[in-house]
Amino acid sequence: MSTHQALRDPFEGIDLPRLEKSIYSPRAAFSSALSVLTGAMTLVAMLPLASVLAMLIWRGGRRLSLALFTETPPSAFSAGGGFGNAILGTLVMVGIAALISVPFGILAAMFLAEFGPNSKTASAVRFCAKVLTGFPSILAGVFAYALVVLMTGSFSAPAGGVALSLLMLPTVMLTAEEAIRMVPAKMREAAIGMGCTPTQLAWRVILPTAVPGILTGVMLAVARAAGETAPLIFTALFSNDWLYSHGRLNLMEPTASLAVLIYNFSGMPFDNQIELAWSASLVLVLIVLVLNIGGQIFSKRSIKL
Amino acid sequence: MSRHDVVAADRETISKPPTRFDQFVDRTFRGSTVAFAWLTILLVVLIVLQIAEKALPAVRHYGFSLITSTTWDSNRGQYGILPEIWGTLYSSILGLMIGTAFGVAIAIFLSQDFLPPKVELVCKNIIELLAAIPSVVYGLWGIFVVIPLLRPPANWLHEHLGQIPLFGTALSGPGMLPAALVLGIMILPTISAISRDALVSVPHKLKEAALGLGATRWETILGVVVPTASTGIFGSMVLGFGRALGETMALAMLVGNSNELSVSLFSPGNTLAALLANHFPEAGGAEVQVLMYAALVLLVITLLVNCLGAAILTKASARFSGITK
Amino acid sequence: MYFCHRSVRCWMAITSLIVVAIAGCNAANSSTGGAKHVKLSGAGASFPFPLYDRWFSDYRQLHPDISINYQGIGSGGGITQLTNRTVDFAASDAAMTDEEISKVKGGVQLLPMTAGSIVLGYNVPDAPAGLRLPRDAYVGMFLGKVTKWNDPLIAKANPGVTLPDLAVTAVRRADSSGTTFVFTQHLAAISDDWKQGPGVGKSVDWPVGIGAKKNDGIAATIKQTPGAIGYLEYGFVKQAQIPVASLENKDGEFITPTTAAGRAALASAALPENLIVWLPDPPGKDSYPIVTYTWLLCYKQYDDPAVAKALKDVIRYALTDGQKISAEMGYIPLPEAVAKQVAAAVGNIKP
Repeated sequence: MSTHQALRDPFEGIDLPRLEKSIYSPRAAFSSALSVLTGAMTLVAMLPLASVLAMLIWRGGRRLSLALFTETPPSAFSAGGGFGNAILGTLVMVGIAALISVPFGILAAMFLAEFGPNSKTASAVRFCAKVLTGFPSILAGVFAYALVVLMTGSFSAPAGGVALSLLMLPTVMLTAEEAIRMVPAKMREAAIGMGCTPTQLAWRVILPTAVPGILTGVMLAVARAAGETAPLIFTALFSNDWLYSHGRLNLMEPTASLAVLIYNFSGMPFDNQIELAWSASLVLVLIVLVLNIGGQIFSKRSIKL
Repeated sequence: MSRHDVVAADRETISKPPTRFDQFVDRTFRGSTVAFAWLTILLVVLIVLQIAEKALPAVRHYGFSLITSTTWDSNRGQYGILPEIWGTLYSSILGLMIGTAFGVAIAIFLSQDFLPPKVELVCKNIIELLAAIPSVVYGLWGIFVVIPLLRPPANWLHEHLGQIPLFGTALSGPGMLPAALVLGIMILPTISAISRDALVSVPHKLKEAALGLGATRWETILGVVVPTASTGIFGSMVLGFGRALGETMALAMLVGNSNELSVSLFSPGNTLAALLANHFPEAGGAEVQVLMYAALVLLVITLLVNCLGAAILTKASARFSGITK
Repeated sequence: MYFCHRSVRCWMAITSLIVVAIAGCNAANSSTGGAKHVKLSGAGASFPFPLYDRWFSDYRQLHPDISINYQGIGSGGGITQLTNRTVDFAASDAAMTDEEISKVKGGVQLLPMTAGSIVLGYNVPDAPAGLRLPRDAYVGMFLGKVTKWNDPLIAKANPGVTLPDLAVTAVRRADSSGTTFVFTQHLAAISDDWKQGPGVGKSVDWPVGIGAKKNDGIAATIKQTPGAIGYLEYGFVKQAQIPVASLENKDGEFITPTTAAGRAALASAALPENLIVWLPDPPGKDSYPIVTYTWLLCYKQYDDPAVAKALKDVIRYALTDGQKISAEMGYIPLPEAVAKQVAAAVGNIKP
C-alpha cells in the first residue's frame, strides 16, 4: 500500500446531498413554518406596544420638558404645570412596597424551594400565594385602608405602599420560588460538599445564581404596582404639594402619585389636564423602563462568576 | 465542631466546618424563612376573614340566591352576580388563551437562539415594556383605539355569521372582545418573561442530545425543551390568570357594565372586579356587604381555578416525569 | 465572596445615610419656626372637583401658607371619610340623609357651594345642535320605548329637520355616581313609568343602554357611537364638542342648558334652614329642567382653631370671588340670596 492510498476520501461512498436539510421534507417544513409563525407572533405582540406608545406620544409628547419634573399639577383653565410631586410620590410608594414585599417574598420563596419544599406548610403557602394572585386591586386598597389609614387617622404614603405590596407579593414570591428551583443541583451539592450550612448555601450560591429570575419577578411586580390606581385612591388619596415642604419629609399625609394623576386628569374636560395625563403616562412607562434596565445592569455587576 | 489549628484557614474561604456562629446564623435564617412563610398564610387568612366578616350579613340575607340571580338593583335591594361570575370566567379564559398563545410563542422565539443575543435582549425589554403601561392607560387605549378598530370586522361578522352564538350581537361599544383582547395584552408580558426564564434554564445538554439524535429544531423545542420548562410555564400561566381575574381598572372601562349573560363575543358584560370598582366608592352600608360577598365569590373562584390547574398539572407532568435536570 | 458584593454594600451605605439625613431633618424641624403652614385635606364628589381644585389653588396664590387638597372619590366615599374622620371636609352631590348625619360625631354643616346642570349629548349625523327633545321622547329613549331617531315624538318637536332611521343607543354611567342620582330623580319626577321601573339611585337597573365609566367615558362613547344619547355634566360636552339637546321643561318650553337657564331653575326654590333642597323638576318658563346643587360637608366642631379658621376663610372666598369663575368652567353660580344665606351659615362652624 502506498501513502496515497492511506489517505482516502472519508466521505467516499456517502451520498452527500442527503445530509442537507431539504425544506420540502415535512419535518423540516414544519420546523421552518413554526419559526416564521413565532417570529410573526413576536412582531404582532409588539404592535399594541407601538400603538399605545404612539398614542401617548401623539397626545402628550409635546408636553415633555423639564417643567414636568419640577412643577406641581395645575388647576382647571390654568396653563402649564407639571407633576413632579406625583413622580416623587410614585417612587416613594413603590419603594416602600418593594421594601416590604421583596424581602418577604424572597424569604418565603426560600422556604418553599429550599428549606421545606414538600412539607404541608409549603403546600399551604403556595396555595395562599396563588389565591393572592387573583386579589382585585381595589380590595388591596380597602384592606390597607382598614389596616393603616383607620389606625393612623389619615391618608398617607405608607398606607399606599402597604396596598401596593399586597399586589406585588404573589408575583415576587412565586417567581422567586421558580428561580431558586432552577439553580442546578450540582452547584448545591458542590457547596454542601465543601461544608456550607444551608444559610451559607442560600446566600453565596443560590441567591446570586437566581438573581436574574428573581429580578424578572420583581420588575414585573414593580411595573404593575407603579401603574395601579384603585388601591392608591383609598390609601394615599392625592395631593398638589410636594412630599417635603419647609425641609420636612411628610410621609403621613395624602400623597400624589402618577397613576392617580392620570386617572384624575384624563377624566377632566380641560385640554391642558388631558395632555398632562398623557405625558404622565409616558413618563411612568419611561420610569419603569429605566428601573428595569437599571436592575438588569445592577444584577450583572453583583454576580461575579 | 471547633476550628482546627491544623487547617490554617483563611477567614474568607468556606471550606471548613461551620462555626458556632455559622450555626446560629443558619438557624436564625431558616427560622425567619419559616416565619415569613407562616406570615403569608396568616395574611391571606386575615384578608379572607376581614372580607367574610363584612360579607356575613349579606350571606345570611341572600344565601345562594345572589349567585344565581341576574338583576342588580340597589334601590330595591335586589342583587345578583351571575352575569358577573360568567363575565369574569369568560373574559379571563379568553384573555388567558390570547396571552398564553402569544406569551409562550414569544418566550420560545426569544430564548432558542433565533436571534442574535443583543437583539434578543432588546426584544425582551420591549416586550416587558408592555407590563409598564398603567391599567388606566390600557383602558383609555381600549376606548380610543381598540373599540373603533374592532367595530367594522365585528359588525361584519355579526351580519354574515350572526347565527353562530359567538357572533350573536353587534358591537355597540364596550364589550367582551375588546376587554378580553386588552386583558390578553396585559398578561402577555408576565407569561412571556417568566416562561422565557424557564426555557433559558433548560440545560443545553438536553437540547444537544435531541439535536444529535436528528430532531429538527422545533421537534427539540416542542418535544424536549418545553416539557422540561413546563412547570415554569405553567407557573407563569397561574400568575397571568390570577392577574386576569383580578384586573379592575381596564376592564371597568371596557367591559360595558351590563347585566347580560351572553355567549356573544361582542355583547357587553360585567366582571366581579369591575363591579367592585364601579360600585364600591359610592356604596352604602347594605351594598358594601353585598360587594364583599361578591369579593368572597371571586376569591373562591380563584381558589377553584387554581385547584383545577394543579390537578391538570399533576396529570400532565406524569407524562414528563422521566426528564430530569 | 459574599452575596453582599461591594457595590451592594456601597448602595446600602448610601441609602442609609440618606434615610438618616432625612430623619435628622425631620427631627430638627419638628418645631416649626416661622409662619405656620396649615394643610387641609378633603374628599368627595367628582362633579365639582375641577371647580374646587381651581378655587383652592387660586386661594393658595393669595395665602401661600394655607394648602388645601381635594380629591374626587365620589359622593359616597366623601361621606364615608367624613364619618371616619380621615379628612377635614367632604363634598357630595346628594346631600346627606339624616341617618348619615347622625353617624358623624359633633354634627355636620352642609353648605351648598355651587350648582350644575346635567345635559343630554347625542351623536346623530346631519342633525343640528340643540335638537328639541320632549319629555316623553328622552324618558322613552332611556326606558327603551323610543328606539329610533325618526320616532314621531321627536319629529313632531323638530319640524323641518329630517331625522335618520338610526337606532337609539342610550349611554349611561357604569359606575355609581351622584350624577346618575340627579338624572334619575328628574326622570322619576316626570314619568311614572320610570318611578315604578328603575327608580331613583346612584346606580339603577337600566332597562337598556351601554355603560361607560365616568363622564369622560360617556363623552368618548357618545362620540364614537352613531345614534348614541347620554347624560353628562355640561363641562364635558363643551370639551368633547358634542351637540347638546334642548329639553322640554315643566312649562313646556324647550330650553338649551345655559348659565341663565340654570340660574332661573335655581331661583325657583328657596333654601330651607338646613340648606338642603332638591330640584327634580323646576318650574319657570326659562328654567332648564335638570339642575342640582352640590354641597360641602364640614364638621360643626374642629379641634384645631387654625384649621377651622382656614376652612371658613376659603369658603367665604369661594362664595364671593370664587363664584365669578364658576360660569366659565361650566357650573351655575349661586344666586345672590343663596350665597348670602350660605355665608351666614358658615358661622355655625366652631371655633
